Amino acid sequence: MPVRIEVFQKENLPDRLGEAILSEVQALGIKGVREVRVVEVYLLEGSLSKDQLEKICSELLADTVVQDYAYDSHLPQRKGTQCHVIEVVRKPGVMDPVEATTLEGIADMGIKVDWVKRARKYLIQGELTREELETIASKILANNTIEDVFLETDSVPYERKASSYAFNKVSIPIREASPERLLEISGQRQLALNLEEMQAIQSYYQRIDREPTDIELETLAQTWSEHCMHKTLKGRIEYRKGHIEDKGEVVEVIDNLLESTIMRATRELKKPWCVSVFTDNAGIVEFDRDNNLCFKVETHNHPSALEPYGGANTGVGGVIRDILGCGLGAKPILNTDVFCFARPDLPYSHLPKGVLHPKRIFKGVVHGVADYGNRMGIPTVNGAIYFDDRYVANPLVFCGTVGLIPSNRCKKRVKPGDAILLVGGRTGRDGLHGATFSSSQLTEDSKALSGGAVQIGNPITEKKLLDVLLVARDKGLYNSITDCGAGGLSSAVGEMGKGTGAEVDLEKVPLKYSGLSYWEIWLSESQERMVLAVPSKHIEEIIKLFHSEDVEATVIGRFTDDKRLRLMYQGQEVGELDMNFLHKGLPRPMKKANWVLPNYPEPDLPKKRDYTEDLKRILSSWNVCSKEWVIRQYDHEVQGGCVLKPLQGIAHDGPGDASVATPVLGSHKGIIVSCGMNPKYGDIDPYHMAASAIDEALRQIISVGGDLERVALLDNFCWGNTNIPEQLGGLVRAALACYHMALYFGTPFISGKDSLNNEFRMDDTTMNIPPTLLISAMAVIEDVRKAVTMDAKEPGDLIYIVGLTKKELGGSHHYFIHGYVGSSVPEVDTHWAKKTMEALSRATRKGLVRACHDCSEGGLAVAAAEMSFAGGLGMELSLEKVPADGRINRDDVLLFSESNSRFLVEVRPQMASAFEKTLKGIPYGLLGRVKKETTFVIKDRYHRTLVHENIYNLKEAWQAPLSALGG
Amino acid sequence: MAKVKALVLRTAGTNCDWETEYALKKAGAEAQRFHVHKLLGDRGLLKDYQILVLPGGFTYGDDISAGKILANILRFHLAEALEDFLQEGKLVIGICNGFQALVKSRLLPANENHLPKATLTFNDSNRFEDRWVHIRVCSSKSVYVEEGELLYLPVAHGEGKFVPRDDATIQRLKDSAQIVFRYVDEKGERAGYPHNPNGSVEDIAGICDSTGRILGMMPHPERYVEPYQHPSWARNGLDKEPDGLRLFLNAVRYAKKKLL
Repeated sequence: MPVRIEVFQKENLPDRLGEAILSEVQALGIKGVREVRVVEVYLLEGSLSKDQLEKICSELLADTVVQDYAYDSHLPQRKGTQCHVIEVVRKPGVMDPVEATTLEGIADMGIKVDWVKRARKYLIQGELTREELETIASKILANNTIEDVFLETDSVPYERKASSYAFNKVSIPIREASPERLLEISGQRQLALNLEEMQAIQSYYQRIDREPTDIELETLAQTWSEHCMHKTLKGRIEYRKGHIEDKGEVVEVIDNLLESTIMRATRELKKPWCVSVFTDNAGIVEFDRDNNLCFKVETHNHPSALEPYGGANTGVGGVIRDILGCGLGAKPILNTDVFCFARPDLPYSHLPKGVLHPKRIFKGVVHGVADYGNRMGIPTVNGAIYFDDRYVANPLVFCGTVGLIPSNRCKKRVKPGDAILLVGGRTGRDGLHGATFSSSQLTEDSKALSGGAVQIGNPITEKKLLDVLLVARDKGLYNSITDCGAGGLSSAVGEMGKGTGAEVDLEKVPLKYSGLSYWEIWLSESQERMVLAVPSKHIEEIIKLFHSEDVEATVIGRFTDDKRLRLMYQGQEVGELDMNFLHKGLPRPMKKANWVLPNYPEPDLPKKRDYTEDLKRILSSWNVCSKEWVIRQYDHEVQGGCVLKPLQGIAHDGPGDASVATPVLGSHKGIIVSCGMNPKYGDIDPYHMAASAIDEALRQIISVGGDLERVALLDNFCWGNTNIPEQLGGLVRAALACYHMALYFGTPFISGKDSLNNEFRMDDTTMNIPPTLLISAMAVIEDVRKAVTMDAKEPGDLIYIVGLTKKELGGSHHYFIHGYVGSSVPEVDTHWAKKTMEALSRATRKGLVRACHDCSEGGLAVAAAEMSFAGGLGMELSLEKVPADGRINRDDVLLFSESNSRFLVEVRPQMASAFEKTLKGIPYGLLGRVKKETTFVIKDRYHRTLVHENIYNLKEAWQAPLSALGG
Repeated sequence: MAKVKALVLRTAGTNCDWETEYALKKAGAEAQRFHVHKLLGDRGLLKDYQILVLPGGFTYGDDISAGKILANILRFHLAEALEDFLQEGKLVIGICNGFQALVKSRLLPANENHLPKATLTFNDSNRFEDRWVHIRVCSSKSVYVEEGELLYLPVAHGEGKFVPRDDATIQRLKDSAQIVFRYVDEKGERAGYPHNPNGSVEDIAGICDSTGRILGMMPHPERYVEPYQHPSWARNGLDKEPDGLRLFLNAVRYAKKKLL
C-alpha cells in the first residue's frame, strides 16, 4: 500500500491557484462556493521509515515557509458538510513529468522509493449540489481525455498496475478481402486509408504472395497519411476555374499543386542564399559568415482541440525537434505562435456537444505554449491570435521555431552500416495513431476514440537532449539525424532509411512501462525522442556523452544497403517492407476542385459625422485588441537576443509589427520575424487572402526597418474538408496567389506544412473552418540598431501615410463590427506594392524614419491610434492628403479601408524634405503631427472633426477585452 | 595579469547560461559553463574560480517547487565545496532560478537553524510574467552595486514572490542591511503591482548574505549588457551604459582586486 502525502498552503496564507479557480467557478454561474484550496497529493511506494518520510516531506515536497504537509493517518479531516472534495489524477499511461523529478529528488537524498504517483485534490467550501460539483470538475478542473476524477473521496486508493505483453505475431488477411472488408479493416484499425489505397496494398501483398502483419499495415498507413505524405497538395487536382468569357468553363489538371506553385516560385527565383528548401525538416537560408538560419512552422490542431495544454505543449516541443533535427542539428533561437479560436465569450448554448469551451482552449493553449517554450529557454517573440466562431470545434495552433546552425553542419547523409541510435525520452503508449488521427475529421466522439492521440510533453527531457546534442554535433559524432514526430519511429526510421534500408530490433527500445506490443513501440508518438545515424567508431563515445547529462541513448538497429525495412521483435521478423513501395507505392488519385465566387453583397453603410465610436469598437474587437495578457506569459527575453520586443512604446504595451533579434550575442546582425493572416478575406476570395497575408508579413518586416532583399517565406495551410470541391478550389486559388506573390516580391518559400480536413461532424451537420493561410516571414537585417519601433516618439514630428488607399472594405473590421462581409476584398497592387516597400526601406536605411506602423485590420485609423497611445502622445491628423485610387468620397473608407502595402511613418520636421525626396514617385501624403496633448484627432478633407478622443480612452478600449478575460 | 575566472553552473533545465557567460566575458572575466555533474565528479574544480554564478532557467522543470532539486544538490552534495569557496572570500551570484536555488538551499538568508528562513513562491498574479522593472539598491553591503543606485532590468518568472518565515527574519535582514534590491517605480519610490511584479514582501527583489558577497536576485542583469537590449532604446538612444553590465563589471573588479 503506497503512502499518501498531502502538501497544502498554510491556512493563514492565500492560495492563489484556489482563488483563480474560485473566480472561474463563479464565472460559470455557480454561486454557492466560498473558497477553493488546492492540495498536492503524492503517493510513494517503498519501504520508508518515519524519518525518511519526514525528510522527504520537509526537505523536498513541501516549501515549509508557506506550506504544511501531512501523511498517512495524520491527513487532515474535512470540516463540516460544506466541504466538498474533487481529486484529479492523470489516467494510467499519461505522462506526468513531476513524478520522474520526484523520484530523482528522493534518490538525491539517498532514499529509495519504487514508484511515485501524483494527484491534485481540490477542497471546495460552500453549498453546492452534486451536479454543480460535477460541472466544476468537468468544466474547470479535469479533462476526461487524460484525467480521472474522484468526487467526495478523501483518500483515493491508487495502485501501481503493471501490465504485461505476451508476444504474438499478428497477420491480417487482406489478399482475398472484398472492398467492403478492406474499408472495414481501415476503419477498425484507424488507418485512415481509402479504398484505392487499401487496394494498392492488397495487390502488393498478392504480388509478394503473403498476408501483411499488423505492423506493416500500420507502417503503410502512417507513411501514407495525409499528415506525412501531403497527398492533397502533392496529388493531382482537376481544377474548374469557373466560366471565363469566350472560353466557357475552364478546367485544368494540376499535377502536384505544391510543386507547381509554392516550390516553383522558389525554383524560379533561384536565390543564392537559399541553402536547403523543402527537403529537410526546415528550410535553411544563409545568415552570416559562419552560420545559417532555419525556420519551420508546424500545426498541432487536433490534439489541441481535445487537450489544449498538452496539445499546444507538444506542438511547441515538436517544432523545436524539427529544428534540432534540421541539417545535423540547429540551436533553437526563437519561437513564434499563432492561434485561431472561437470568441472567448461564446455562450455555452452555442457550444457543440463534445467540444471544450473556447476560453478554456485559449487559456490551456497559451499555458501549454508558455510552459514549453519558457522551460526550453527559447524566447517566444512573435505571434498572432485570430478569433472566429467557426474555429469552435477545430481550433488552430501554429508553432514555429527558428534555429541557428553552423554553415558546415547543414548536410546529412545516412551511411549503410550506421547504427540507429534512439536518444531522449522513453517510449510509452502516447499518441498512438496521431498521424492518421490528425488526417481525419473530428467528431463529437473524437475524445473517446482518440484519447491515445493526446500527449503531454516534458520540456526538461527535451532541454537536456538539446544541450548535449549540440555538443555531439560539434564533435561530428553522427552522420544524420531526424526527430520522432507524427508516426514515431516508423516515420523517423522509415524516412532516414529511405535510400538505404534499415533493420530495427524493437525490443531494444527503452519503454516507460511494460505491456506495449511491437507495433505500438514502432508507432508510438512519445515525445522528446530523436533518431541518429552513428558510424560504429563513434557509438561508444556518443553514448557516454549522452549519459553524462542524464540523457538515454540506445542502439536499436542499423541502416542497411538493401532498401528493405526489416522489423524484428525477440529474434522474429514481424515486418518486412520494400522501401520503394512504402515511399512510392501510394496511388495518386484525382481530386476535384471547383472555384465559385461567393456572393456577399457590398453594404451601403449610412455615412456618419463622427467615427470615434466605430474606431473604439474596432480597437476592442477580439482580433485587434491588445494581446498583452498572453505575450507577458511568454519569456521573450531569454537568450538575450530580443532587440525589438513584441510590446513597444513608452509604457511597453503597444503592438509591435515584427520582432527583431540578434542570434549571435555581440554581433549587430539580426533577424526579423513576422506573420500575416486574414481568414476574413478568405471568405470572399482565398486568392486575395493569400496575397494579403504575404503583403502583411512583408510590410511588418519593412515597418521595423528590413527590406525585401533577404526575406524567406513559410506557408501553413489549414483548411476544411478538401474532398469538397469548393473547399479544394479555394485552396488552389490561395496556392496560386502564393506563387504569383512570391515571384512578384522576390521572396521565396523555404518550408511549409498543411493541415487539411479541419471539419467537425455532429449528428447530420458539419462545420468547416474558414480557409486559413498563415504566412510567416524571416528576414536578415545588417544592423539591428537601425531598427524602428511603432510608437510615436516626439511632439511636433510629422505623420505620413505611405501607399495607396482604395475602396477595399470587403472582409474588413469596419464591415465586421456592423455585421457585414462585403465583396471589395483588399488586393495587392502589383504596380505599387513592391516599389512602395522598397522606397520606405531606403528611407529607413537613411535614418529618416522615427516610427513606422503598418496598416492592417482597421486601416489607417487603427494604425494611427495605436502609434499615438503607444507613444503616450496625441496626434492631429487630416484625411485631406491621403493618396487614394480615384476619388474616394467616403470618410469611413479613408479611415478604415484595409488596402495592402500601406504604412504610417513618423518623420522629424527637419528630415521631411529628405524623406519626401526618397519617396519621390511613390504615393504618400502628409497626415499631420504628433502632439504633446493626449488628444487624438482625425479631421476630414473639410477640416471637420471625424474622430476626437483622449489616447488613454482609446488605449483602454483596446486593452479591455483580454484584461477582462485575465485571471 | 591573470584573468578573473567565473563558473556558470548549469544543469538540466538551466537556460540562461549562454547569455550569463557572455555577460561575464564582456565584463572581463574568463567564463566557463559547465554541468553540475562535472562538479559532483570533481568538487576540487571549484578552487580554480573566483566567481560562481547560478543562472536562470527551470532547473529540473521547477517540478515540486522552483529550484528545489538543484537546491538539494547544493545542500546535500556540494555544501563543503561551497563552504570552502565562500571561506576564501569568493563571490556567488544567483539569478532568478539561481536565486530560488540559493534560498531553498538556505545559503540565503544565512542558515542559523535547521529551518529555511524564507522562500520564493508563486507570484500573486498566479502566472509567469515577463516585464522590465525598476529596482533600487537599499544596502551598502553588496559588493556588486552602490547604495541608492536605480537599475532597470527584466524579470521573467512565475515563482518570484519573496516570503520570509516570520517578521523576525525581515527585521534581521533589515538590521544587517541584507536587502539589496527593492522593486520601485521609475522615480525610485516603492509602488504596487506591476512595479512589484510578484507581490514580494517588502518589495524585495534581491538579498545578500552577511558578507555582501553572496547575491541572489530575481531580475536578470545578464539580459541587459548591450544598449539595444533595453526596451526603450529606440526612444532614448544607445548611449547609456547597460545596468546589468555594471553589476558584472563590479563583480569582476572586486574579484580582480581582492581575489587574484
